[in-house]
Amino acid sequence: MDFFLQPWPWYAAGPMLALCMYLMFFFGKKLGVSSNLETVCAMGGAGKWVDFFKFDWKKNKWNLVFVLGLILGGFISNQWLTPDQTIALSSQTIQDLSELGIANAGSSYLPDEIFSVDAIFTFKGFLILISAGILVGFGSRYASGCTSGHGIVGLSNLSLESLIAVVGFFIGGLIMTWLILPFIFNF
Amino acid sequence: MKYLKYLLVGLIFGITLSKAEVISWYRIYEMFKLQSFHMYGVIGSAVVIGIFIMYFFKRETLKTYQGKVIVVADKKKGLWRNLLGGTIFGLGWALGGVCPGPMYILLGKGVVAILVVLFGAHLGAFLYQAVKHKLPH
Repeated sequence: MDFFLQPWPWYAAGPMLALCMYLMFFFGKKLGVSSNLETVCAMGGAGKWVDFFKFDWKKNKWNLVFVLGLILGGFISNQWLTPDQTIALSSQTIQDLSELGIANAGSSYLPDEIFSVDAIFTFKGFLILISAGILVGFGSRYASGCTSGHGIVGLSNLSLESLIAVVGFFIGGLIMTWLILPFIFNF
Repeated sequence: MKYLKYLLVGLIFGITLSKAEVISWYRIYEMFKLQSFHMYGVIGSAVVIGIFIMYFFKRETLKTYQGKVIVVADKKKGLWRNLLGGTIFGLGWALGGVCPGPMYILLGKGVVAILVVLFGAHLGAFLYQAVKHKLPH
């Protein structure tokens, strides 16, 4: 039980993710989270504006249930499996973030500067949250997959398309982290 | 009841990403700053094991619970859709520190601000379908 309550090392987490990928195939489906964004749009009547969303969303119910599992997993993990919420970041990361104005990096899972309820109601805070969402939603559907569909399933399948997509993930991520974030936080 | 198995896999996936701190904005920042092996280890070890699993799918050693052969569908071909889509995704991933899975997991964790990100993600998915005929694929 003690192992369960500690932060999991990468060599425990990676195999668990591979197991999840296997289980989805075993149960006749394919692991992939971002397609749910389209399913929910279709459910909400987006077909009124864009024909693509006129598909029968009910055929993807299994994936919505998977997402429900994610939400439940987050709840259970937070309530009972994570007594210590600190993140053991590298000291260089903590220093870099303090220079950006993000204090106490790693004292909890998320920086208050971005994710506190107060931050939602500031212009800059709202803009960061909504932009991050739009970019992830737009990009994952443009590339037909996210970190699960391309990153785990696609790379495991030695798909060239997924390799290109993951290279893209890193081009975008490096540009944001090294060039744009310093600009945003010093602004 | 027939969906219960997917709930279970989601639960394992959600707990794993929580406990390995993949849902932490800080871990994503640290990864892109190349200051820790952690995230590379998580994704890398999943993929290495995944490659073996795929091999046994092709050998038909591993099948579905109903005994059917597992065929993994190819991803859509095209340089631009994957490269540009991937890059746009990466910008958002590093900005918000979340990819789609962790968004839902953080919702379960009780992070109110993630509702704004989730709304944006649906808006982004909608916008893509609305403008896709104008984009290179």
